[in-house]
Formats: sequence, C-alpha cells, structure tokens
Amino acid sequence: MITTTSLYDQFINLYREREITQDNDWLKDLRETAFEAFSGKGFPSTRLEDWRFTNVSPFLKEDFHLQPGAASLHGLHNPAHIPLLDAYEVVLKNGMLNEDVAIRGVKISPLRTALKNENLQSYFGRYINTEKYPFAALNTALFENGIVIEADKNIICDKPIHITHVYNAEEAVFIQPRILIIAHKSSKIQIVESVVVIGNKPLFINNVTECCVAENAQVDHYNLQIAPSNTHLVNFNQVVQQNNSLFNNYTYSLPDAAFVRNNLHLDLNGTNTESHLYGLYLAGGNQLTDNHTVVNHMFPNCLSNELYKGVLLDNARAVFSGRIYVHQDAQKTNAFQQNNNILLSNKAVVDSKPQLEIFADDVKCSHGSTVGSLNKEALFYLQSRGIGETAARNLLVKAFSFDVTNKIQIPAVREYIEKLITRKMAEAYDQ
Amino acid sequence: MLSIKNLQAKVEDKQILKGINLQVNAGEVHAIMGPNGSGKSSLASVLTGRENFEVTGGEVLFDGKDLLEFSPENRAREGLFLAFQYPIEIPGVSNINFLRTALNEIRAYHNEPPLEAKEFLRLTREKQKLVEFDAKLTNRSLNEGFSGGEKKRNEIFQLAMLNPKLSILDETDSGLDIDALRIVSNGVNKLRSEKNAFIVITHYQRLLEYIVPDFVHVLYDGRIVKSGAKELALELEEKGYDWIKEPVTTASV
Repeated sequence: MITTTSLYDQFINLYREREITQDNDWLKDLRETAFEAFSGKGFPSTRLEDWRFTNVSPFLKEDFHLQPGAASLHGLHNPAHIPLLDAYEVVLKNGMLNEDVAIRGVKISPLRTALKNENLQSYFGRYINTEKYPFAALNTALFENGIVIEADKNIICDKPIHITHVYNAEEAVFIQPRILIIAHKSSKIQIVESVVVIGNKPLFINNVTECCVAENAQVDHYNLQIAPSNTHLVNFNQVVQQNNSLFNNYTYSLPDAAFVRNNLHLDLNGTNTESHLYGLYLAGGNQLTDNHTVVNHMFPNCLSNELYKGVLLDNARAVFSGRIYVHQDAQKTNAFQQNNNILLSNKAVVDSKPQLEIFADDVKCSHGSTVGSLNKEALFYLQSRGIGETAARNLLVKAFSFDVTNKIQIPAVREYIEKLITRKMAEAYDQ
Repeated sequence: MLSIKNLQAKVEDKQILKGINLQVNAGEVHAIMGPNGSGKSSLASVLTGRENFEVTGGEVLFDGKDLLEFSPENRAREGLFLAFQYPIEIPGVSNINFLRTALNEIRAYHNEPPLEAKEFLRLTREKQKLVEFDAKLTNRSLNEGFSGGEKKRNEIFQLAMLNPKLSILDETDSGLDIDALRIVSNGVNKLRSEKNAFIVITHYQRLLEYIVPDFVHVLYDGRIVKSGAKELALELEEKGYDWIKEPVTTASV
C-alpha cells in the first residue's frame, strides 16, 4: 500500500530541504517566522471564524507539483487579451518575469533580483500578520517568484500596466507568486491583472500582493479573476496607505474558477486618505467565491467606501465578510460598506457578514447587506415592452452590476467586463 | 380588435374581476372610470399578463387570438401596450438601450430586421418631438431621476416608439399638473388613428376633456355597471360614484 504524504507535510519538507543561499538575513528571518506560523497551524479548517463558510480542504487533496518552473511554457497565446486596452503589457509565466521592464519612472523587476536591494525591507512582508493568515504565511515562507513594481516619486504613469499571469497546468501545480507594488510620494499608477491558464489539470494559486501607497500617491488596482474551472485561487492583498493617498481596488470574479478566496486588507496608516473597494462576483456552476475585506481606520479624516455585488447562478456559493475597524484616534472617519446579492437559482447560497467595530465617537459609518432575487416589477415592465424574459433578466443583471462596473475608470476594461457578464448570462439561460 | 367576455380573475384568494364584458374596435377610445378598488388597474394587469393575477373564467380575444395564452412579452409583440400607473425606475438600464432592445425584439417577432442605428435615432427624435418629450435620454437610466410628469411622458413616448394596436393608459393623468396633462393628451391625440385603439383608465373626468372618448364605462366591484357616451363622464363628475354603487350593492344583498 502506498500512502501519499499530505500537502502539509510536503510543504514542511520542502521548506526544510530548500536551498537558502539567495536570501538576505532579514528575508530569512521573515520566512522563518512565517514558516513557524504555518507549521504550527497548518491549512485553515472551518473551525476558524475566518474560514467558517469556506472549506478549503477538498481543493488541497491533489498530488500537486510544488515548484513549477517557467521553462515549460511554450506556444503562449493570450486569451486574457483585453480588446482596445492601451497598456504596458507585462507577462508573468508561472509567476516569473524574465527581465526588467522599464517604463518612464516605473520599474518592474523580478522579485528575486529586487529583493537584493536592502531598501525593500521596509516594505516587503512588513504588514501581513502571518500568525493569523496561514496561506499568506505559507507564501511568505516559500515564495519563489514574483515581481516588484515601483513608481518613482512624482511619476504619473501615462498608461495602465497590464499584468497577464500565465500558468501552466498541464500537470497539477501549486504555485505561490508574490507581488509588491510601491507607489512613491505623489506618483500615480494603474495596474490591471488578469489570468491565463494553459492545460486543464488542477491549479492552485496562493498569491500574495502587497501594495504600499505613499503620501499623496494614487494606485488603481484591477483584479480580473477570469480563469477556467480547474483554477483555485487564494489571493491575499495587503494595502498600506499613507497621508493624503488614494487607493481604488476593483476585484471582479467572473466564471469559471472553481474556487476564489480574496483577502483584501487595508491599513489606513495616515490621515486624509481615500479608499474605494469595488467588487463584483458572478458565479455559476459549482463555483465558490469568497471575499474577505478588512479596512483599518487608524488616523482621523479618512474615507473608505466599499461596494461588493454578487450574482449567483446554478449551485454557486459566495461568501462576503467585510470588517471596518475604526480605532479610537480615527475621528471624523467616513466608512461605508455595502454588499448586495442576487440569487438566480434556488440552489445558490450566499453568506454575507458585514461588520463594523467603532472605537471613536465622531464618525460616519454604515454597513449593509442584502440578498434577494430580481425585481419582479422591473422584469414585468421590460416584458410588457416586448422584451423576452431572458433578455430582460440580462438587462437587469447588467443594471444590478452597473453600480460597480461603471466605477471602472478604464473604458476598455469596463467594456470587457460588461461583455463577459452578458456572455455568461446568455450561456446560463440558453442551456 | 379586443373582445372581452365574462372575464373573471383573482389575486391570491380575492376575486377582483367578476365578469367583465367589453368590445373595443379599431379607431375607438374607451374610458374606464370607477372608484378606488373597483378593479380598473386589475383589468389592465390581467390584460397585460402580470404574474400574480389568476384568470378564473371568461376569455379575451385580441385580433381573434386568445390573448391570455400569450406571455407578457408576446402580448406586447402582438401589439398591446400598457402605460403604467407607476412607471418603474431601473437604474443601470439606459433609456436608449431599453428602447432599442424592445423595438428590435418586437420587430424580430414579426420577422423584420433590426433597425439601423441611424434610422433608430431618427425615429427617436421624431417621436420625442411628437410627444413633446425633450428629456435627454442618452446616458440616462430608465426613468431614473425623472419627475412624475416626465415618467408619464416617457410612457407616452414609448407608446409612440412601439406603435401598438391597443394601448391601455392606466391613470396616466394622476399626479400630473395641467401642463403635463395637456402635453400627454396631445401626444395621445396625435397617435390616435383608424387603425389603433385606446383604453383610458382614469379617476377624473378632467383627462377626458383632452382625450375625448367614444365610450365611457363605469367599473364597480369587478363589473362594468354602466356604459354610455362621453356625457356619462360629466354625470359622474357631477354626482360622484355613489349613485352607481347603490343599485349594485342593493342588488347583491
């Protein structure tokens, strides 16, 4: 009888047996702390509040190849191409960037090379609590590849930077990319991330992105999670904002990835910051889409605004957990959070958990959550004008997502997302 | 054009239409009046196929076809139009996109090709002018931010665009000031022809000074209790509805 070693054991062994020559001392320490955290706790179970609605264990049973190289990627085609998007194109193969990309004022480098720079120590891994987040800990302990995007002081990047992640799933792989974004003082960058998967074996991506928005800087971050059904994505996104900075996040999870778990954590580490978090999930089949967000108001006069909308078809499941934490010093905070869901099937399930914790006394905060079906009156109105039921439903789903899709600042991205919604809705009801 | 025979319907367990008979021919305008809760709007809902209304008896023929067999969208495609009492706001659906979709779905039903963008635009301008509806429609959501009067005018504008055979105006006059009322009525009058027909549901005789009906029917307790020429509306205005109610209530006791 052959017993297969558990994924957990494989990672423990991998860490102990790896070559560590490339790392700086601080990075070694960082990995060690993270490894201790992961080895102590292992993968999260549903007994943890943070994972109560999401059982990750079925997705970890594959016999994954843990350290895939980039070499096997050939004949690359790019279905994540976004029509009419005028952007600087960056392609990562299994998380790896081959050489530096230089745009005026913005440097994009392979993580390995960049980490030799001691200055990155004050940004990299600084704000993630690896004690609390096992997947982020695992990534920190064992990440291999990734990129650093660094915008110089006062640089306004003229075009979006489009990062296409290409993953090779011709065999089952578990891959741990890592991204660090630094927008220095008074800079502005727009980043659009999308995913391309080659092959149809199980793919597990455990990604960590850190984003540091310095004083008076602006980062617009678009996460387009459109991947085939063999994809399982755990995405930890840690953002830190300094005084007067602006951060906009757009997380759109559209079919067909089997599993998506997003953690988006904002530390508002200065005064007068502004943050907008827009999320849209459209899930069908047996998809599970889980969004966890935390917004930490630590200083006065900051504004955060969060709007997540979900449309669920078939047997799809979704989880939304949003937490706004207003510390005692964070007076004059404006913090808003809203999660709206439409269930278009009797079997679809959503668990929504909006939370507010306020320790300051002069704040404006609100949170709300709704789960419902399409407005029957609106459906009837459209039908009474000769619009067929399917078309009417599509119009209403588009209208429902409009609050989130119309916030997309890049027209080509907006059109791309709207088309994908229409296509999915048409597929869903043509069956 | 429309032939309603002994139409009965209920909502949940409440019988609301108790045997309606009505014949509407092309070129005619029929006014249906009656106190609150008499079943006026319910009649409109049953004819257009609103979900929670259940027909329990009778028949409705529309150009010889069994209207009640059609889905709401196919009733519209067959040429039936309802101007809603409370037009709904649908944020995120643009007026123009909505109209184009509706028009083209109706055309497709009749095996006609979709309208060219240019032709659609021309038609939109023409009809907007016809019904004096100058609200900017591009980049605006359906009825969103429209005043009560604008919403009602938008209904008449849609009517003009879709060019139905039979239009039901459900209390289109309620909540309109006199200017808006005149504009809406002018629109309807311009759209009247020998080929189409209107059923005007209203509370008030005032509207009927502008849209002059050929027939007036009084609906009470789910039945048409009196029919007459346009003068009947004046009589109702003068005497109220009580004189209508009495004989029915006594008769049913």
